[in-house]
Amino acid sequence: MFPALEPLLPRVSKPVQYVGGELNAQLKDWESTAVRWALLYPDAYEVGLPNQGLMILYEVLNERDDVLAERCYAVWPDLEALMRENGVPAFTVDAHRPVGAFDLLGVSFSTELGYTNLLTTLDLAGIPLHATDRDESHPVVVAGGHAAFNPEPIADFVDVATLGDGEEVVGEITDVVKEWKAEGRPGGRRELLLRLAGTDGCYVPSLYDVTYGEDRAIESVTPQHERVPRTVQKRTTSDLDAWPYPKKPLVPLAETVHERASVEIFRGCTRGCRFCQAGMITRPVRERSLAGIGEMVDTAVRASGFDEVGLLSLSSADHSEIAEITKGLADRYEGTNTSLSLPSTRVDAFNIDLANEISRNGRRSGLTFAPEGGSERIRRVINKMVSEEDLIRTVSEAFAQGWRQVKLYFMCGLPTEEDSDVLEIAGMAHRVIKAGREASGRNDVRCTISIGGFVPKPHTPFQWAAQAHPDVVDERLRKLRTAINSDRRLGRNIGMRYHDGQPSLIEGLLARGDRRVGRVIERVWREGGRFDGWSEHFSYERWTGAAAAELEPLGVSLDWFTTRDRDREEVLPWDHLDSGLERDWLWDDWQDALDGREQDDCRWTPCFDCGVCPSTGTDIEVGPSGTTLIPLTVVNPVGGNRFPSG
Amino acid sequence: MARIRPGEAANPAPPTVQRIRVRFAKRGRLRFLSHRDVARSFERAVRRAGVPVAHSHGFSPHPRLSWIGAAPTGAASEAEYLEIGLTRPVDPAQLVAELDAALPDGLDVLDAAVAEGAPLAERIDASRWSVELPGVAPETARAALAALLATESVVVERVTPSGRREIDVRAALVEADVAAPAPSAPVRSGVTPPTMADSGAVCAILTAVVRQTTPAVRPDDVLGALDVVAGLKPPVPAKATRMAQGRLDNRGRLADPLGSDRVTTQV
Repeated sequence: MFPALEPLLPRVSKPVQYVGGELNAQLKDWESTAVRWALLYPDAYEVGLPNQGLMILYEVLNERDDVLAERCYAVWPDLEALMRENGVPAFTVDAHRPVGAFDLLGVSFSTELGYTNLLTTLDLAGIPLHATDRDESHPVVVAGGHAAFNPEPIADFVDVATLGDGEEVVGEITDVVKEWKAEGRPGGRRELLLRLAGTDGCYVPSLYDVTYGEDRAIESVTPQHERVPRTVQKRTTSDLDAWPYPKKPLVPLAETVHERASVEIFRGCTRGCRFCQAGMITRPVRERSLAGIGEMVDTAVRASGFDEVGLLSLSSADHSEIAEITKGLADRYEGTNTSLSLPSTRVDAFNIDLANEISRNGRRSGLTFAPEGGSERIRRVINKMVSEEDLIRTVSEAFAQGWRQVKLYFMCGLPTEEDSDVLEIAGMAHRVIKAGREASGRNDVRCTISIGGFVPKPHTPFQWAAQAHPDVVDERLRKLRTAINSDRRLGRNIGMRYHDGQPSLIEGLLARGDRRVGRVIERVWREGGRFDGWSEHFSYERWTGAAAAELEPLGVSLDWFTTRDRDREEVLPWDHLDSGLERDWLWDDWQDALDGREQDDCRWTPCFDCGVCPSTGTDIEVGPSGTTLIPLTVVNPVGGNRFPSG
Repeated sequence: MARIRPGEAANPAPPTVQRIRVRFAKRGRLRFLSHRDVARSFERAVRRAGVPVAHSHGFSPHPRLSWIGAAPTGAASEAEYLEIGLTRPVDPAQLVAELDAALPDGLDVLDAAVAEGAPLAERIDASRWSVELPGVAPETARAALAALLATESVVVERVTPSGRREIDVRAALVEADVAAPAPSAPVRSGVTPPTMADSGAVCAILTAVVRQTTPAVRPDDVLGALDVVAGLKPPVPAKATRMAQGRLDNRGRLADPLGSDRVTTQV
C-alpha cells in the first residue's frame, strides 16, 4: 500500500521514518508464510527502531520459514491526520502492508506512557479498541515488555500479555496460532485465546473476572475457565549464548536516539536497588560469555558499519569479565575509530582502567553515574549503596586523566524522603567541582545533575509505597536549585536538568492501576492524547480531567492509585502475575527499606531467598566462563582486507 | 612540540593520499532521505565496504566525505556527487562496486573518478530536473510554463532555518519544457524517472535546467512560480528527480563533473 501512503509523505515532517528500507530489514513472501506478525513499538520511529527487544523478536521470528514479521511504529499526529483524511490504514514499514491483515500484533511496552499510542494504531488499523469486540478477522493483540508486568490498565485493549523474556514464547504463540489456523479455526477466537492462556507466560485478561470490595480495592481475580491458570509465571531465557540476537542489527536511514550497535552482555541484576523494576523482574543474572560477546560484537560491527558498540545490561561494569571484555575489544579495534560505550555503570564497579579502554579508539564523552539519592540515609533506603567517598575518588581520577565532565543522575520523591535528603545533592555536586578543579588544575570542569521523579512500580519493594505529589517534588527541586547556586563560584559549573513531577504522577497511575484505569486511557485518547512520553504532547490537565470523570463515579481517584500507602493485605492488581519474587520477601524488603537496612547482592553473598531461582527453575549464570574473546588478533584498520594497497 | 592531550590519539590518523569523486543516485522510496540521512548512510557503508577512508584529526575523528549541493528531502536524483578522501590509492571501478553493494537499495553508486583538476564545486553550476505532475494535463502545464518564461522575474518565498528567503525563480531558470509521459515507457522499478502506476491518468512531465544560486532554486520553487504566474496547483504532490548536474556550456548542455571532456547523456 505504499502508493497510497507516498503522496502523503511530502506533507509530513521527517518522512524518511515511514519508508522502511533499513539495512538488514527483511522482506518475506506473504502467501508462503503460515503465521504473520506485525510488531509495534508504540513510540516514534527514532525511539523505537533501536529498541533491542523488538529487533530480537523480529529476527527470531523471521528466521522461521513459516513466519513473516514486519515492524511498525507510532505515526506522528501530522501523518495520522492525513491518513484519516485519505483513508490510509496503519501500515508496516517493511513492505507497507496494512496492520489489520496480520494474524498477530505484538506490542512492546518499555513505558506505560505508550498506552495511548497503542489505541491510535489499533484505530488506524481498523481493529476494535476493545478485545471483546474483535472477531476471527482481527489480529490477536499481544503486549510484552516491562510494562506488561502489570497489563491491567490496558486489559480491555490487549488480547494477551506475555511476562518475561520473549525469545521463546513468541515461537510458542506462533505454533498455537498456526495449529489453530490449520485446523480451520475451531471454536473461533475464544478457543484460540483459551489455547494461548494455556501457554506458559501468556496472560489473557478477558478470561479473568475481577471484583472490588467495599474499600474499593480488588477483592478477587478469578479465572473463568478450568483451562485458565490462576496465576501466570514469567518466562526466563537461560544460556544467552544460545540466543545471540540481534545478529544483523537494523541500521536506520533516519537519525535515531541510539546510533550504535548494541550487544547485551548480561540480563538481570541482583544489586537490589529497591526502586528498580527492571532489576527485580529480570532476575536471575545471566551473563553472556566472553566468547559469545566477542562474536556478537564482531558480527554486529561487520553487518552494520556502526562506529560505536554499546555493551548493554542493567549495570554493565558488573559483568564478571568486564576488564577482559573492554581491553580485548579495545585491542581488536585499535586504529579503526570504533568506540565502546557502557551505558549503565555503577561508581563502585567502575575504575579508570575501564574508562580508558572504553575511550581508547574513539570519542571521550562525559562520565555518567547514578547515585540516585542525595544522602547516605536515602541511599540506604533505596539500597543503592554507593558512597560519596567512592564517587569523589573516581571523579578525581577521571578529571586527572583528562575528562572534563561528569553527569550524575538522581531521583526525587523517594519513600521517606525529606528536603534535607535532596539538598545534599548540592553539596555532592559542589565537592565534585572542587575535586575536579584540584585534580585537573583547571577551572572549566563541569558537573550536570539530572533528576527524575520517582514512580513506584509493581513487583518491587516499593509497590506498596505512596508516590510523592508533584507539588512536593517541584518544591524540593526549587530548593535544590537555590542551594546549588548558593555558592556562585561552584554553582556556575553545575547544570541541573529535571522534568516537572506531573508526568511522573500519570506514569504512576498507569504503572499501578487496575482495570478501572483503562477507561481513563481511552478517554484521554479520545480527547486527543498521543505521545504522552513527549513533554510537547503530554497534557496533565487532560489526564487529571479524564481521571476525575472516569474514576470518581467508581469511588476511586488519581490520588487513590498514586499517593496512597497500601497495606500488606491489599490485593494488588498484579498479584496473580508472577515475576518469581516472593510476595513476603518483597514486603520484608519494603520494611527493611523503611528501617534503612541494606540488602547485599546474591552474586557475592549467600542467597537471600527472593524466590526467583526456585520458582522459575533457573539459576545465576555468571563467569568467569573460561572462554576467550575470539578473534584475539587485532583487526586491520578499516579497509585492510578488501582493498589491496595500490 | 605539541602536547598530546588526553582523548587524542597518540598516533595521528593516516593522511589523505587520494581523493575519489563519486556520482550516485537517490531513488524510489529513498527519495525521502534528507541530506543528513544520506551522509550517515554513506559513512556506514564506507565502513562496511572496508573503504580505506581518511579521518579528520583530533578529539572526534570524522570520515573525510565532502558533499556538493544535495537534492532536497523528497526529491529523487540520478546525479548526486561526493568526494572521498582515502589513506591508500583505490581503483575507482572497485570502489563503485564495493560501495554500491554496501549501500541500501535506492542509494546506488553510478560512477567514480580520481579527483584531478578543478574542485568539484567549480564543476557544477546547474541542474537539470524532471518533475512529474500527476493529475495535471500537459497542455495546462505547458501554458503555465509559457507564462513563466515570458516574465523576467518571479519571486517566491521559502521558509528556511535562517528565516524567510525570497528567491527569484525566473532568473535561475535556464530552459524548461513540458512533455506527456512516454506512452509505453518500460517500467524499471526504482529507476527514475518513475512512471505513473496507472498510465491512463493525465500527467505532465516538466523538465527544467536551473542555474545554481544561493539559496538554490528547488523544483518546489519552480512549481511555486508556476502557481504565482498561472495558478497551477497540482492535485497531488509532484515527484521531482534531478537528472544531471554540471557546468553549463555555451550551448546549454551540462558537462560531466567527473571528467572535463565527458558530457552527460540526455535521459
